[in-house]
Amino acid sequence: MPEIRTETMTVNMGPQHPSTHGVLRLVLELDGENIVSVDPTIGFLHTGIEKTCEQKKWQQVIPLVERMDYLGAQSNSLAFCLSVERLLGIEAAIPDRVIWIRVLIAELQRLASHLVWLGTHGMEIGAITVMLYCFREREQLLDINEMLAGFRMFPSYLRIGGLREDLPRGFHAAVTEFLDKFPGKLDDYEKLLTKNQVWIKRTKGVGYLSRDETMAMGLVGPMARAVGIPYDVRKTFPYLKYDTFDFQVPTATDGDVYARYQVRMAEMRQSVGLCRQALARITPTGAYDCGDFRFVPPPKDRVYTEMEALIQHFLLYSQGFNVPKGEVYVPIEGPRGEHGFYVVSDGTNRPVRVKARAPSFIACQALPKMIVGGLIADVIAVIGSTDVVMGDVDR
Amino acid sequence: MAEIEIPVLTTTVEKMVQWARRSAIWPVTFGLACCAIEMMAMSCGRYDIARFGAEVFRGSPRQSDLMIVAGRLSRKMAPVLRRIYDQMPEPKWVISMGACASCGGVFDNYAIVQGVDQVVPIDVFVPGCPPRPESLIYGIVQLQRKIDQQRMSA
Amino acid sequence: MDPVVTDALRNAGLSDAVEPASSTDMETLYVDRDRLLDVARVLRDDPTVQFVFLADVTAVDLLPAEPRFEVVYHLACLGDAYRAPGVTAAAPPRRLRLKVRVPGADARVASVTTIWPTAGWPEREVFDLFGLAFDHHPDLRRILMPEDWEGSPLRKDYPVQIRKDTQSWSPIQLSPEEFAENIRAQRERADRAARDDRG
Repeated sequence: MPEIRTETMTVNMGPQHPSTHGVLRLVLELDGENIVSVDPTIGFLHTGIEKTCEQKKWQQVIPLVERMDYLGAQSNSLAFCLSVERLLGIEAAIPDRVIWIRVLIAELQRLASHLVWLGTHGMEIGAITVMLYCFREREQLLDINEMLAGFRMFPSYLRIGGLREDLPRGFHAAVTEFLDKFPGKLDDYEKLLTKNQVWIKRTKGVGYLSRDETMAMGLVGPMARAVGIPYDVRKTFPYLKYDTFDFQVPTATDGDVYARYQVRMAEMRQSVGLCRQALARITPTGAYDCGDFRFVPPPKDRVYTEMEALIQHFLLYSQGFNVPKGEVYVPIEGPRGEHGFYVVSDGTNRPVRVKARAPSFIACQALPKMIVGGLIADVIAVIGSTDVVMGDVDR
Repeated sequence: MAEIEIPVLTTTVEKMVQWARRSAIWPVTFGLACCAIEMMAMSCGRYDIARFGAEVFRGSPRQSDLMIVAGRLSRKMAPVLRRIYDQMPEPKWVISMGACASCGGVFDNYAIVQGVDQVVPIDVFVPGCPPRPESLIYGIVQLQRKIDQQRMSA
Repeated sequence: MDPVVTDALRNAGLSDAVEPASSTDMETLYVDRDRLLDVARVLRDDPTVQFVFLADVTAVDLLPAEPRFEVVYHLACLGDAYRAPGVTAAAPPRRLRLKVRVPGADARVASVTTIWPTAGWPEREVFDLFGLAFDHHPDLRRILMPEDWEGSPLRKDYPVQIRKDTQSWSPIQLSPEEFAENIRAQRERADRAARDDRG
């Protein structure tokens, strides 16, 4: 009987691939269908945002930074604004109404991001209907974004010192309508997937990472909560007065793709509750910035009639404002985990360094540990469950 | 008699070929960044692109006609883009979606190619950051009009 | 100054390795470059502080000030959410920032991947974008820029925009000798086929 000589096959799951959530390159070494080793290559979307931010004034950084994690865009600008406001020392001057609006926007962005996650994750595993449903709901959220600042994905509505302008008419009605319908849609998605035998077979037991490995690899967020680490920045290091809201942090213990799916679905329900609480605290009109005209432009009616307001407006948009020397890192709970900006200032109107703590970057590092030993079909499921956004990975 | 008939026949065949080509432009998935999300939104329920003929996004470039470069092209990705473009069979068209693909967009720095037309020839530029799905549909319709004017013979 | 952190370091005999710095948001310590690993190990393992989570490793280029670079580590203790195996009681949640001054002429620092494995890719990114080398890093190579890129883009003396033609081809992965050999073998096959056709 001749001895069968086997060798492993090297397959390139290249940067252009329908299921890699962007431009991620995996060089897989296969033994049949099992994966022997994997070498991820990133950097195909490196945009040099951090270098460009050093050339811009403080307010000009906000649109750049929103384009990093482009699914939950305004969570990026929220993190940046919180960091700069702490450096400026105006945190206490931000009115409560602005804080509630920011909470509402952050949670709506979490919903939008999780909807894209669910849609693409489902589509890649085969449940294509889920993608159409999720994007239908996301369209409503993008309409709300458009109502705020005229732009679907990157409204740049959150500014240093408050918001760009007051809430538009009809905002409460639109958000209430969305929040009333959304839990029913979530039930629809769960009906399609949670007890679906094909879904369970594709996701249970796949991509397991143990508790200690997860923390050693620095994974926090839904990935850690799915393996029993109930760390949520909103509860442990509260920001935006999250400790005055009533919500739970959903966890699971299995640590596989199915557990992460369950955790994110439960998170969406918690976000709906948070949105309702925040909406109840927001008055239709009122203060929308800290009122400190060193950092925030005066209202337009004063700009058009008073000379000092006009000069202030002009100086703010031509020279910007100076931020005191120092450094700061304020983490927030983004849709993917702990997200924050380490900002260094040297007292001028431009940052010295803006560094984003990108949760997707850390998740990509942990991909080999989850994929090796599994089947090639599981690679798609695992990448979907880590919810990587290549804009965040490569920045 | 035969000589008079042939020119009439060529034009009709040409029109049929143009109609066939422009009514079923299948794109290859080349979503790079944020514009890819708007491209996905365009292919979903509200701005259904399937009614314009772009029914499916093919994973393989060898089975597609159109490449929508959706997103910012970094210098590391440029060879990959060229290789995918070279793998597409003729006739092929390229739409440059968004400001970053058309001219570098907001990112004027060392990492981003300032305009995808440095790497592949572009037929339609769609501005926006990201362009609304309706803008991209308009771009595809303009491409269809351009295909209508393309002649088979020299 | 947080007394718990200083006590933990003093009990391990490392008080002279750190120097407090002022900061608006969290405790910040300057760490001696040569004692970084000792300090890191104590901070992770001491049961009163338990900094099990390394959030980020990054660097700042302070040209023209000397020392030129500062490598910054953000640590956190997650409280009850996570206890390392073998630890009975969790420390209260707190955050800490460590900074290591690195001179421009000798741009190296020890890698903390043996203590927090999550530092692997962030340190690669600092190597790629700043040119700082990390000693005993398991896999130190470029991560975000192409492998054959020259220069460290995030240094202050690197320009924002460079005038460079876009390379739209991938470099051949063969050595010149292999390439010449392939061409020679191809020509030989073609010659042999032509002779067989004729003959």
